[in-house]
Amino acid sequence: MRCGDFKTSYTADMTIFESRSARVMMGLFLCVLFTLPLYTPGFLLDIINRIGIAIIGAVGLNILTGFTGQISLGNAAFMAIGAFSCGYLGTRFNVPFYLSIPLAGIITATCGMFVGIPSLRIKGLYLAMATLAAHFIVEFLIVKWESVTGGVDGMSIPTPALGSYELNSDARLFVLIFVIVVMAVLFAKNLFRSKVGKAFVAIRDQAVSAEVMGVNILKYKLLSFGISSFYVGVAGALIAYQARIISPETFPVSLAIDYLGMIIIGGLGSILGSIYGAIFIKLLPELLRMVTTSLSGSYPELIYKLAAMKELVFGALVIIFLIFEPNGMASRWHRIKKYWKLYPFSH
Amino acid sequence: MVQLSCNDIQLNFGGVRALSGVSFEVFQGEIFAIIGPNGAGKSSMLNCISGLYHPQQGKVVFEDHDVTRLPPYERTKRGIARSFQNIALFKGMSVIDNLMIGRHLHQHAGLISGGLYYGPAQAEETRHREYCEEIIEFLEIQSIRKSIVGTLAYGFQKRVELARALALEPKLLLLDEPMAGMNLEETEDMVRFILDTNETRGITIIMIEHDMGVVMDISNSVCVLDFGKKIAGGTPEQVQQDPNVIKAYLGDEDLEEL
Repeated sequence: MRCGDFKTSYTADMTIFESRSARVMMGLFLCVLFTLPLYTPGFLLDIINRIGIAIIGAVGLNILTGFTGQISLGNAAFMAIGAFSCGYLGTRFNVPFYLSIPLAGIITATCGMFVGIPSLRIKGLYLAMATLAAHFIVEFLIVKWESVTGGVDGMSIPTPALGSYELNSDARLFVLIFVIVVMAVLFAKNLFRSKVGKAFVAIRDQAVSAEVMGVNILKYKLLSFGISSFYVGVAGALIAYQARIISPETFPVSLAIDYLGMIIIGGLGSILGSIYGAIFIKLLPELLRMVTTSLSGSYPELIYKLAAMKELVFGALVIIFLIFEPNGMASRWHRIKKYWKLYPFSH
Repeated sequence: MVQLSCNDIQLNFGGVRALSGVSFEVFQGEIFAIIGPNGAGKSSMLNCISGLYHPQQGKVVFEDHDVTRLPPYERTKRGIARSFQNIALFKGMSVIDNLMIGRHLHQHAGLISGGLYYGPAQAEETRHREYCEEIIEFLEIQSIRKSIVGTLAYGFQKRVELARALALEPKLLLLDEPMAGMNLEETEDMVRFILDTNETRGITIIMIEHDMGVVMDISNSVCVLDFGKKIAGGTPEQVQQDPNVIKAYLGDEDLEEL
C-alpha cells in the first residue's frame, strides 16, 4: 500500500495524517460523510446523529480519563449541565444556537473545574466516588431548581435557527452535529501534539516526575477537567437540541457508565478509540434491535425472550471484547494498518 | 563559584530523622558525588534539592536564591533537573514525546494555539523537536526515538531518563544512581555520557552512586552520608583515607576483633 514513506523534515514527521494517501482518504471520507443526509433514511440519520454526539462526549471523557488518568463518573451530570444551560439560554434569553452551544460548554467547563478540585488530593477509585457524588448533587439541583430547569417535568428546547432557517430535520441537525464533531476531533488531535496535551499524558503516567519536569500539576489537572467538561457540555447541548424535550431522567448515571464503556472499549488514551467506542456502544443496541425485530417476524412467540436477550448479548459482547482486545479497538486498528502497510512483504 | 549550597538540612518523617544537619557546597561545573550505605539519606538529600521534600530546618540556596520553600516545578524553571533511582519515565509515551515534555517550560503555546496548531505553534513545536533530536543524537538513541518507553530495555530507559533531564536545558543535574543495575559496557557508556554532559554542556552534576570505581574516577568532590549525617567530605582521595568512611563502610576494626 504505502511504501517509501520517508520524512525529510520534523514538521512532516509530526503531522496527523502521515502521508498524502492518508490525507486523500480522509478527504474522501469527509465528502462521503457530509453527503450522507442526501441518501440516508431518516431513522438511520437519527442514529448517526446520536453517534456524532456520543463521539464528542467520548472524546471529552477520554481527554480526562484516558489521557490525564482521572477517572470521572460525573460526565452524565456535566451533560445535563450543558443541556439545561443551553435550554435556559435559548428559552429565556433567545440566545441563538451558535452562541448557546459554546456558552453551554463554558458553563459546564467552569462546573467541571470546580468538581475537579478534589482530584488534586484523591486519585483512582476515590476520585470516581467523588465525581459520582457530584453527579447526584447536580441531579438533585436540577430537580429542585424548578425556576431554571423546570424540575422533574423538564424543559422543552426551542428549535435551533439561523435567522429564519430552522434546523428542524435530522438532515439539518446532522450538518450542525458533524461540523462540531470534526472541529472537536481535530482540536483534540492537535492538543496532544502540543505542550498542553503532552503534559496531561505526563500527569497520567508519572505525576511525580511530571512535576519535576516543570509541569504545574494543579493547573493542568484543572485544565483537563475544564476541557473535558467543555466537550461533554457541548455534547449535552446537542442532545438537548436533538431531543427537544429534556428532563433529569435524560441523564441517568447509566449514561456516564455508557461513556466510560465507550472509551474503554474504544481505547483509553486514543482519540480514534473514542470514535470507535462511541460507534460501537451506540450502534450495537440498534443492530441487535434490528436483528430481533426481523427474527420476531418468523418466530413471533420468541419476541419477549429476544428483547431480553438483547441486553444479554450486549453485555456478553462487551465482555468478550475486553478479554480479546484489552487495549481497545484503536490498538487493533493500528495492528491491522501496520500489517497492510507493507503487504505482501512482512518487513 | 558556588552554585548550590545546602546549609544545616534537617528532615524528619514523623519521629524518624532522615537528615540531620547536612551542609555542603557544590561548585559550578563540577561532578559532585553523594555516597553512603543504604538508608543513609542520600535520596532524601536529592529530594530536598529538587523540591519533592521540604526540610524542616536549613536552607537550600541555588545561584544565590533561597529555593527551600519552592515547589519542584519552580526549581526546574531555575535550572535544576533530575533523574530517579527507580526509572520514572512516562511509560505510555514514545521516547521523543518524553523528551518533548522536557521542553514544557521552554514552550509558550497555550491551550488554544496548541489546539489549533496554526503557524507559530507548529513552528515552535518543530523548533523544540530539533533541540530534542540533538539530544537524541548526543546520547545515541536515534534507533528508539519512536518506541514506547515502557517496552524498552532497562539500560535504554536509564539513558532516556538522562535524555529527558537534558531536554530541560538544566544548569544543575541530579542523578540518582545512574549506573544501578547496568552491566560493565552500559556503565562505561553512561560514564562517557555523564562526562560529556559535564564537559561539553557545562552542566554541574550531583550524583548518587554505589559503584565506587566510577565515583572515585570521575567526581571532583565527594560527600559521605551515614544515618542522615555527613561524616566526611572532600576530594575522592581525601574521602578514601578518612577513618570515619572506612568505619561506615567496613565496620569498626575494634568490633571486628571481638
